Amino acid sequence: MQNKIKKLGKSIRKNIGLYVMLAIPLAWYIIFKYIPMYGLQIAFRRFNPTLGITQSPWVGLTYFKQFFDSYYFWDILWNTVSLSLFTMLVGFPMPIVLALIINEIKNLKFKKAIQNITYMPNFLSVVVIVSMLTLFSNRDYGLFNKITGLFGCAPVDFMSKPGYFQPLYVFSNVWQYMGFNAIIYIAALSGVDQELYEAASIDGATRMQKIIHISLPCIMSTIIVLFIMRIGNLMSVGFEKVYLMQNSVTLSASEVISTFIYKNGIQKGQFSYSTAVGMFNSVINFILLVSANFVSKKTTKTGLW
Amino acid sequence: MERGIGKNIHSDRTFDMVMNFLGAVIILIVLVPLIFVLAASFSDPDLVIKGKVLFWPKGFTTKAYTLVFENQDIWRGFRNTCFYTVTGTGISVILTILAAYPLSRRELAGRNLLMMLILFTMYFSGGMIPTYLLVKDLGMYNSIWALLIPAALSTYNLIVAKTFFENSIPGELYESARLDGCGNLAMLVRIVLPLSKAILAVLVLYYAVGIWNAYFDALIYLRDADLHPLQIVLRNILLLGQTEQMGTNDVGMAEKIKMAEAVKYSAIVVSSIPMLLIYPFVQKYFVKGVMIGAVKG
Repeated sequence: MQNKIKKLGKSIRKNIGLYVMLAIPLAWYIIFKYIPMYGLQIAFRRFNPTLGITQSPWVGLTYFKQFFDSYYFWDILWNTVSLSLFTMLVGFPMPIVLALIINEIKNLKFKKAIQNITYMPNFLSVVVIVSMLTLFSNRDYGLFNKITGLFGCAPVDFMSKPGYFQPLYVFSNVWQYMGFNAIIYIAALSGVDQELYEAASIDGATRMQKIIHISLPCIMSTIIVLFIMRIGNLMSVGFEKVYLMQNSVTLSASEVISTFIYKNGIQKGQFSYSTAVGMFNSVINFILLVSANFVSKKTTKTGLW
Repeated sequence: MERGIGKNIHSDRTFDMVMNFLGAVIILIVLVPLIFVLAASFSDPDLVIKGKVLFWPKGFTTKAYTLVFENQDIWRGFRNTCFYTVTGTGISVILTILAAYPLSRRELAGRNLLMMLILFTMYFSGGMIPTYLLVKDLGMYNSIWALLIPAALSTYNLIVAKTFFENSIPGELYESARLDGCGNLAMLVRIVLPLSKAILAVLVLYYAVGIWNAYFDALIYLRDADLHPLQIVLRNILLLGQTEQMGTNDVGMAEKIKMAEAVKYSAIVVSSIPMLLIYPFVQKYFVKGVMIGAVKG
């Protein structure tokens, strides 16, 4: 034991420079990541700014109960979960499909063109994307209405119809991130042993069969790891885009947990209550992540840890 | 047997055609909205509002751009964003290297524990309100620091950098440098960084694009309009319709509304151009960054 401690001390002394460097980012992690976690206790206290986080009186689970008992609890939960599931169901497979298509295209220039063009929207800001959605939804001259008009549909202001909120959110997400999220799969596909395809050709496999029996299995571990990470974020719908997209008319479909926290916490100053709501959200996320990882490790032996 | 092969070649050709067709459709879907915005921004607002513009400017004019460039809010937002992007990227890259380099060294005692502490923050966090209260307590509220420090480090970027150092700097290099009496900091500056230009480019780009496009921290932390970055100004003009300052007062209301619409398209173009312009030069680094990061989620 003593020997071990001595060894450790020696190793630390030898690399003291490394620890000094590390001290700055580590301090950042403690201050900006771990202190807020410590601050989560205000979810169980009636926070009073003059008393501070540690002196405010304990109230137990009052704020959690208040949220669960509120008339809007199920609506907000449903909006969050359904939007997230919808985003995942459409948004997760699309980059894989795109990567497979790109992988099958033989003309190198065309291949490069698809890649470079589909990466582009990734560089636009959320404000710009939502502005485009708003402009395109304009009843009189928006792009969407021009396109639906070609098929004889009556013009609709899509942004002010609750029913269109989720599709607009999800498909604009796919439009923006599909290309960029495909990169990882394209890279994985380029690493597949070409001899596998040749052997399959000799056996008379069609191109579609090669995709299903060679390409897909070869990128499966990448897919699984990304899928687990995605599950861990199932309950966290990006605040920025939802907040910019929502308006008073679509609130019934567009109010999600994160926008609710922003409005009640930062705008109205109900710090304890909104912290409790946020904590409920992150705990569920964490449980989902751990379970997804567990299931994946049992069944496929791939996992995040 | 021969017939079988012949059939395969035939179906291969159909398959190629289907793939090329799908590729073309995808390109169209991505490009159509972008081209529409660009065409509308150069068109006569009258024709835009009447829905006459599709993929080519009608009644070519640069009036909307003149208005954007005359707008003081946009200029100020642009200047602020340039400052935040340059300074913030500098701070972020330095912090990331200072964490990634020591953590990439296998001889660092306690490295796994530290790494776990860092990774944990990717999956669990205090959330919006405790972070907000902390930033307020630190006295950063309504100051430029609120945009530069609290979100300075991205754990994902840290992992990308650490993975790069681990895989591309051989351990023997450190050994021989140590024998030459080279300290750890000198190793970083003289040996590691010159060998890591690719990863530096990746980090600079990831952080710069992130900061350029961010608006949330500014929304919650900055009260003074003087400090607002471009994205907040854009939101005010594009989504909240604050276009009072646009144009002179002697034009009629109808004209004003028309110009307000036209300005939206050109404001989108102007604000997106810097990122889209650097993109062709840097896209290979972006791809590289994703691939390094993919080695270890």
